[in-house]
Formats: sequence, structure tokens, C-alpha cells
Amino acid sequence: METPEEKSAASVKTVDAVTAVVIFLLGALVIWDSWRLGAKWGSDGPEAGYFPFYIGLILCISSVVNFIAALREKSGDSFVSRSSMKMIMSVMIPTIIYVALIGGVGPVSGLGIYVASAIFIALFMKWLGKYAWGMTLGVSISVPVVFFVLFEIWFKVPLPKGPLEAALGLN
Amino acid sequence: MDEITSLMHGFVVVLTPYNLGLMMVGIILGVLIGVLPGLGGANGVAILLPLTFSMNPTSAIIMLSCIYWGALFGGAITSILFNIPGEPWSVATTFDGYPMAQQGRAGEALTAAFTSSFVGALVAVLMITFTAPLVAKFALKFGPPEYFAVYLLTFCSFVGMSKGSPFKTITAMMLGFALASVGLDTVTGQLRMTFGFTEMLKGFDFLIAVIGLFGIGEILLTIEEGLAFKGAEAKIKMRVVIDTWKKLPKYWKTSIRSSLIGCWMGITPGGATPASFMGYGVAKSMSPNGANFGKGEMEGVIAPETAAHAAGTAALLPMLTLGIPGSPTAAVLLGGLLIWGLQPGPLLFTEQKDFVWGLIASMYLGNIAGLIVVLTTVPLFAAILRIPFSIVAPVILVICAIGAYTVHGSMFDVWLMVIFGVVGYIFKKLDYPLAPLVLALVLGDRAEDAFRQSMLMSQGTMSIFFANGLVATITSLALVMLFWVPLNAGFAKLRGK
Repeated sequence: METPEEKSAASVKTVDAVTAVVIFLLGALVIWDSWRLGAKWGSDGPEAGYFPFYIGLILCISSVVNFIAALREKSGDSFVSRSSMKMIMSVMIPTIIYVALIGGVGPVSGLGIYVASAIFIALFMKWLGKYAWGMTLGVSISVPVVFFVLFEIWFKVPLPKGPLEAALGLN
Repeated sequence: MDEITSLMHGFVVVLTPYNLGLMMVGIILGVLIGVLPGLGGANGVAILLPLTFSMNPTSAIIMLSCIYWGALFGGAITSILFNIPGEPWSVATTFDGYPMAQQGRAGEALTAAFTSSFVGALVAVLMITFTAPLVAKFALKFGPPEYFAVYLLTFCSFVGMSKGSPFKTITAMMLGFALASVGLDTVTGQLRMTFGFTEMLKGFDFLIAVIGLFGIGEILLTIEEGLAFKGAEAKIKMRVVIDTWKKLPKYWKTSIRSSLIGCWMGITPGGATPASFMGYGVAKSMSPNGANFGKGEMEGVIAPETAAHAAGTAALLPMLTLGIPGSPTAAVLLGGLLIWGLQPGPLLFTEQKDFVWGLIASMYLGNIAGLIVVLTTVPLFAAILRIPFSIVAPVILVICAIGAYTVHGSMFDVWLMVIFGVVGYIFKKLDYPLAPLVLALVLGDRAEDAFRQSMLMSQGTMSIFFANGLVATITSLALVMLFWVPLNAGFAKLRGK
């Protein structure tokens, strides 16, 4: 018997077929936009959509082949098990929150990359690594500080900064 | 012997304290990148590329190419000590390297791996030194149709050499081309596939794609495997090094075979990963000890390492002479050339002598420095690997985000990187190859320009790709590569009868 943790969240067959469909749609989008721009021979040579039109066409044809190959797949292998999916989500969700924290979303302005990184590393260590607070704070604060020195001072490459840096006068 | 004179001049360029310092920094960063999961040669170079925008191109390429050599060396450390390939090209090294480490012969395996990497690289650099100027001279005769034919050959080779479904290779490649065509069309000034989004005007930067596909994608794959680093003891004593070196000349046949395989696979865009497998496979079938392969045979470490390093190095030959990279990392370096304002291709050899020969000279020195660095610092890097993944992973993700942001200073790119990361993860698991996607993204515009100019020359007929002996040969070769799988099957059937 399979334990619920090992149960498949999706089969290779399904993901393969869905991916092929998505790529087909992308190919169709490329064809459509190239056609709109003109994919033929203009008065002064090939039009802007000439080359991408064929790219889109090949994309569509090959994804149809991939789709058929995916449907014929009989093995029923698992693409990702539920426990792995959980692991992946436990990385993906903090990452998405992290990127949102850096630059903000819509009207909400972000915290800048240094503060966001500190929060991200701390969250990650506390949640997935179960570290003590001392260790967590030590790493999560020192890493952004090192990066700050490296990028802002040494390489003079400005990275996104937020209210904390403004308050400290580091902008 | 013009090459020797040029090479000596190259050494003069490299042998300044500043450039030597950058070389060491590059090697050490490279080994670190090669050792850490989620940071590889291609995306490591991609992340650091924006930091070199203000440097002079020769110093910049010396540092970045040294990162590449370092990453090639570093991949072996994790394979042998932890049975975890730090880089795809060191997968074959785990087959015999890890069993050796388990038998307490880690030092021997590491020495053999590093030394054969060095030998492979040296053979490839010698090959580059003497053939690159010839290829460049020859390529000066190329017009747009010849260039397009060479691009065609590059991409068709991917299809012919693909291990999985050729249609998945084609799909990945075409996605790369499609992404490359997004944005402002430089010839007509029209906007292509931007759908009204101003962020899409500048198109998709391949650096973002590389950081996402290889960096984030790799982290997701690593996490799924639930990594726990349990490694063998890592110490290399001088005695072991010398004893191993005494044994190595015995395997000269394997070294030569693997070097040749590597050089060939590097020039044709096979890259280091298939080269390492091929080197291992050929050695296994031809060696008298073939039956012991997989149980900790030193030859099984020498063969893939020599081939991988030779291929990784040889991949720079087509990049320098034709502007066609033989591997994703070479593609990133090529992108660097364009950013520094250098036009890759045969003219580099006449117009940018300092740059080209400085780079080639740095390949010799960089590999010597790399060998010394890895032989002396293995314990240090092995210790880094023992840092738990829940600390390493967020730090690597932060580095990737910073790397993506610095390319254009835009948050949109950081979001794109996350999306490319998910795509990279799905593609890896479904066996869509990532290398052709990246190469198509880098070369897309140039291939399209060559195609358009050819079409203008011929007023729209395809016969221009067969107009003279040279272009016809290249195009025919490309078609043979494209249909290699069915052709090969056909031949096998004929022979069977």
C-alpha cells in the first residue's frame, strides 16, 4: 500500500501533456502576432514577422508531436509525490513572498532587498531548519550586511533599498 | 609560428598582478560555485557578469572564464566525496569516484579527477591555440548565408545528438528563438510580441533565463531529493598526490581517447555533459579493466573528467572564432562579449589581439592555478558542503535574486527569474533539454539577421543556402544532423539485412 505521503500529486503523463498544450498555445500566439506584423515578403525584404512566424509554426508542430507522445505514455510514473510537492511549495511560497517584499506589489512599496533577504533567510532557517533564534538571527543579519558592503560600497552597484536604509541614511 | 608569438604576447597581457589576482578570485569563486547546488558554471557566470560591466573586457573575461574552469574542477569534489554531482558534467564521475571514496581512497580519486581535468583542458587549449587562428581566417570568408548555415548546423546537431525525444529538443530550441524575438525588431523598428507591456520592450534577457532555469530550477530539484550531505573524509596528502601521479601515466590511452572525445563534443555543441558520459562509456568498453567499472576503478574517474574538461574548454573555440558558443556557459561568456562591446567572430583575432590571446594565455595559467587551488583547498570546500541546506538554499536564492536584479536594475526581471525557475524545474523533469533553449535565446537575433540578409541577397529563395560549395556542404551537414536519428536507424536496418 502507498502511504499518503508517497502518493503522486500528478503523473508524468498529465504534466507532459499539459506542458505540450501550453507550448502549443504559446506557439499559436507567436504565429498570430507575427501574422499581425506581416509574415510575408514586403516591398523591401522580409517583414518583421517573417522569421518568428516559422518559429511559431515549428513550435506548434513539435508540441503536437510531444502531446501525442505524452498521451501514448503508459508507464503512469509519478511526476512529483505529495511530500516532494510540499517541500517544493515550502520553498516556492517563501520565494514568491520574498520577491514581493523586495519591490512591493502594486501601490505597496517594498522593503528593499537587504531587509527582505534578512526576513527570508530567517524564515527559511526557522521554519525548515528549526534553528535556535541566536543562530537564525546571526546568519540572517550578517548575510545581507555582507552583501550591502559588497554591492553598495565595493562594486557600487545600487540594489533596491527601502525605508530602513532611508532611516539609517544609507541611500 | 605566429601562434607562439601571439601566445607569448597573451602571457604578457595576463601576467600583471591585477589580472593574476582576478584569476585567483575567479578560480576560487568557480570552485565554490561548482560545489554548491543551485549555482553552476552557467548561472554563476551570469550572476557575476553585471559586476564586470565597468571592467576592461580582457580582465573581465579572464575572471569569468576562470570561474568556469573553477566550476569544472569543483563539480568533481561533490561527486567523489558526497555522491552528489555538483554539476551535470560530473554525474559520470560519481560512478567510480564515490565507490573509491567509500573504500577510503578519496584522496586518490580526487587527485586523479583534478589531474585528468587538467590534462583534458590542456589538450583542448593546445588545440585552440593552434586551430583557432586558422578557423578564424577561414571564417573571414563567410557571408550571411554561410553564417546562417553554421547556426543551422549548431542547432541541428542538438537535435541529432539529443538523448531524449528530438521533438522536445526542437520545442526547447524554438521556445528560445521565440523568446529572443520578443521586443523591438531592430530592422523594421516594429514591436514584436510585446502585447502592450512596456517591460517587454527590451525583450527577454538570456542572463535572467539562465539564472532562473539553471539556478532556481536546480534548487527546486535538489530540495525535492531531500538532500542530506553525508560525505567521506576529505584530505589530500602530498604523498597520495605523488603516488597517484605515478599511477596516472599508465592510463595514457584513456586520457588521449577522452581528450579527443571531449574536444570534438566541445566544438560541436554537445557540451561537457554528454562528453563525460561518452568518455566513460568508451573507456568502459575499451579498457581491459572495463568489468570493474562502477566498483571504484581509477580509470572510471579519469575518463569522464578528462572528457568533460576538454569539452568545456573546447567549447570556447567556436565561440571565439565564429561567435557560436558550444555550451551554455560559453553562451553566457558570449553574451558578455556583446555587452562589453566586442563583436565575437573571426574579426576578434585581427582587431582584438590582446583580448583573444590574453584569454587563451589565461586558459593555460588558469588551469594550472586551478589544479593547485583544488588540490590544496579540498577540505575547505568539503566543509562548506557540510553547511546545512536550509542555510545554503535561502542564501543561494538571495544571490540569484541579486544577480537577476543587477542585469538591468529591474524588479520585473526578478519575477521573470522565478517564472523561469519553475519552467526549468518542469522542463528538467520532463526531459526538455535546457542548453538548446539558452543557446537559441542568445543566438536568436544573430541567426535571424543572418537569415534575413541571406533572404535579401537571394530575393527570398532558399537556394542561396546551396549556392556555393562551402555553404552547400555546411547546409547538407546540418540536414544530416537534423535527421541523424532516423538515418542512423535506417543504416542499422540495412546493415542488419
